[in-house]
Amino acid sequence: MSSTAGRLVTSRSELDLDHPNLEDYLPSGSSINEPRGKLSLRDLLDISPTLTEAAGAIVDDSFTRCFKSNPPEPWNWNIYLFPLWCFGVVVRYCLLFPLRVVTLAFGWIIFLSLFIPVNALLKGQDRLRKKIERVLVEMICSFFVASWTGVVKYHGPRPSIRPKQVYVANHTSMIDFIVLEQMTAFAVIMQKHPGWVGLLQSTILESVGCIWFNRSEAKDREIVARKLRDHVQGTDNNPLLIFPEGTCVNNNYTVMFKKGAFELDCTVCPIAIKYNKIFVDAFWNSRKQSFTMHLLQLMTSWAVVCEVWYLEPQTIRPGETGIEFAERVRDMISLRAGLKKVPWDGYLKYSRPSSKHSERKQQSFAESILARLEEK
Amino acid sequence: MGNTSSILTQYDIEEVQSHCHDLFEQQEILSLYQRFCQLDRNAKGFISADEFLSVPEFAMNPLSQRLLKMVDGLNFKDFVAFLSAFSAKASLRQKVQLIFKVYDSDCNGKVSFKDIMEVLRDLSGSFMSDEQREEVLSQVLKESGYTSDSFLTVEDFVKIFGSCKPDMDVEIPVD
Repeated sequence: MSSTAGRLVTSRSELDLDHPNLEDYLPSGSSINEPRGKLSLRDLLDISPTLTEAAGAIVDDSFTRCFKSNPPEPWNWNIYLFPLWCFGVVVRYCLLFPLRVVTLAFGWIIFLSLFIPVNALLKGQDRLRKKIERVLVEMICSFFVASWTGVVKYHGPRPSIRPKQVYVANHTSMIDFIVLEQMTAFAVIMQKHPGWVGLLQSTILESVGCIWFNRSEAKDREIVARKLRDHVQGTDNNPLLIFPEGTCVNNNYTVMFKKGAFELDCTVCPIAIKYNKIFVDAFWNSRKQSFTMHLLQLMTSWAVVCEVWYLEPQTIRPGETGIEFAERVRDMISLRAGLKKVPWDGYLKYSRPSSKHSERKQQSFAESILARLEEK
Repeated sequence: MGNTSSILTQYDIEEVQSHCHDLFEQQEILSLYQRFCQLDRNAKGFISADEFLSVPEFAMNPLSQRLLKMVDGLNFKDFVAFLSAFSAKASLRQKVQLIFKVYDSDCNGKVSFKDIMEVLRDLSGSFMSDEQREEVLSQVLKESGYTSDSFLTVEDFVKIFGSCKPDMDVEIPVD
């Protein structure tokens, strides 16, 4: 019979320190730990609160809801609406799509024919080269946006190039970056992707000053943190854009912000992005679609309509921790874009929750049993 | 997508309804089917343990491993039958039967001292020692007229729970 009293497992991985107390957000439900006098056999055997929580999670949970892409409502089952819908499909696929492909191809030709020479020839004159490349990247992003008939309404002051500032935004799809980039050439921090996207990342985006990370590597975090710090200190670098959610969410919710962006000792400028779902659902469900398919889906829809709000820059208040600051900014963004907040770490998409959470439940259960045992 | 891989017909719904003893309305069964398809990512017809564990609220639950053994690989009909004990319409006996099944992991119809100890261990983890758990359990068993060698059956459980239904209702969200 091994004594387990001394073996308190406390998981101290960095991931845990990244977010506030989960229990503050989750409904406490019927608590197992209401001292109700002397302990009876029924009390000990009654596992119904724990079972109910588990069944409730199976039936519906706020985490999965964040990544649910709502299927489009079928409205074409009707004698006159159906032909109209068919006509719409024909227009979208046979008229709009080819036009858009041509536009995009045209944009790429212009871009590459200017970018490659500039990159090669102006190697010595960095300032001029960077300026031109900035303009070119903004241009190709405008072409991209045009290729989905993007209608973007910007509110608020245009971002400026200043040191010691960082932009944070909520994340729905990789196109967030393109939508923002067409207005200002940001340097973004992104997950390194395979395929043609990765190629673009290592060539063109490199010139704007983008930073790469790898979600699966733990040591990566310190390296990335250092790169971020170096970037914001530089005066001539493009403004840094970070998506603190760390993953794409379906534009109805926000998951917890990672505190990394908020501990860089500089001003944080929040940006809220909201897509209008009537035209197309811009959520990129990376588990279901590749980015290519996602782009094709956008290019065969009517339009991508969204609103972008540049909100008031915030600084960390005295006595505020990085996490509290991150949550405060998340409040601002969620309020502005009409998103609901959930207490989950976006990375739970890729990994299991740490045992710290179940340990907390175990602890409260144990304490209540022991307390009630004292009551005679 | 929350799309259903195959649409449920009226016959299917009625079959599932009778299998769960009419404890769910038809709308609720449709909602559960949507949820089932959402969790069952590659439309295999059952939800694997890994897919259950991808719901963080479930993975965090101390009894998740025990429940996984009961729900892993269930088809939709049995999935609904499992959840039927959580319907507000379920009787005390039906709810207690589910609780009994959670304790009776070897499905021999009897819950021993050891079985209860194992559940207690899941619930309290490292925050109580084995001696403390044994002490608590022996004491409450003795007070209710059982000993540590007793085997509890479903009937014993029903008697212990008395007339007070355990608070075990889950509402199925109906869009």
